[in-house]
Amino acid sequence: MQIIFRFTLLVLIFSSTSWATLAKGGDKTDQDHGGQVDTKEEVNAYINHHLDDSHYFNLYSDGETGEHFGIPLPVIIYDFDNGLHLFSSSKFHHGEDLVEIDGQHYKLYHSKIYKTDAEGTITYDEDGFVENAKPLDFSITKNLLGMILASVLLLWMFTSLARSYKKGQIPKGFSRFLEPLVIYVRDDIAKPNIGPKYKKYMSFLLTVFFFIWLLNLLGMTPLGFNVTGNIAVTFALALVTFIIVQFSGNKHYWKHIFWMPGVPVLMKIVLMPIEILGMFTKPFALMIRLFANMTAGHVVIMSLLGLIVIMQNWIAGPAFFGFTIMISVIELLVAFLQAYIFTLLSALYIGMAVEDHDDHGEDVPVV
Amino acid sequence: MVGAGLVIIGAGIGLGKIGGAAMEAIARQPEATGKIQTAMIIIAALLEGVAFAALFAVS
Repeated sequence: MQIIFRFTLLVLIFSSTSWATLAKGGDKTDQDHGGQVDTKEEVNAYINHHLDDSHYFNLYSDGETGEHFGIPLPVIIYDFDNGLHLFSSSKFHHGEDLVEIDGQHYKLYHSKIYKTDAEGTITYDEDGFVENAKPLDFSITKNLLGMILASVLLLWMFTSLARSYKKGQIPKGFSRFLEPLVIYVRDDIAKPNIGPKYKKYMSFLLTVFFFIWLLNLLGMTPLGFNVTGNIAVTFALALVTFIIVQFSGNKHYWKHIFWMPGVPVLMKIVLMPIEILGMFTKPFALMIRLFANMTAGHVVIMSLLGLIVIMQNWIAGPAFFGFTIMISVIELLVAFLQAYIFTLLSALYIGMAVEDHDDHGEDVPVV
Repeated sequence: MVGAGLVIIGAGIGLGKIGGAAMEAIARQPEATGKIQTAMIIIAALLEGVAFAALFAVS
């Protein structure tokens, strides 16, 4: 009981700080300029900033003084002219200051690090893209921190589950919650879709399921993680599925791609490029689906909260607060559903690749 | 903006048809609920993938 109380308190403290940031940010411009447009723009910038990856773990910003409270994360950059460098992101002062290393200047501009001259000029080409050179950025950014956090949590949870089987057949404590989920992934996702060879792929499916689910849930906390809503992260996840599917494909799988059995020769030639395209569209759809779903969820929640700040009256406040809670509950479902769908479709694609086709000959048409 | 709306209308019709058909199928054969649900979610996910791809193409 006490643990639940403490946890609730912690959640409330965190949520009040991150919401207070939004509220204060809105108040400030409203008093200064008296215009609605600025508040809207500020809310828009706030949402965009939330969706981006960041070199600074921001917990709370004071809208009046412009001060930020949070944890500066380590920046690791590699420059071909200048070598590898490690320093704290607090040196950038949120993009206000240049960092000078061995005569080279670096500037943080819209969450990205650019090489600049001593004045910090950013130049644009005619399409509005930044022309400055970029050093290779290996920094521990907020998204990376989120992933490390999720990995450590998963390692801790599942090693404790694995260890509990040494003591007896029935796991105790939190492991009791995890065991049915593992069995669910095995019996409802892996077995029906992959078939008898499911065991080889269980480790991947379990990892990807719990990793995505945990990261989606981390995105629901007021810490402000948006890891699965980052296309680079979902790209990497989909790439792993792609590689596993291609490497576990048997000769039937490749035959169905390059020389589809059971159709006329002309059709075989037409089908080949389509099937090759299909190899890439499947993981591409996985990537887009997860990214778009999580981004959409974050945008909806942040926009509803932003509407409170924009409207600022006694009716809109409680109404949009209620809406936000409603959408948050739906997002909890979506967090699970997206992890489930990603795992299910991965299993389905692996199943297509490892399936045995000894039940039909060359002359039987394939559906 | 209009394109995004059209995409959502299309996705909505598609999801509605999938959901409705799944409901009818479950009502007809309640013992096959699990299999129907899985198939429904897969088709819905595929539809969603296309819809999102279109949304990105529009915006």
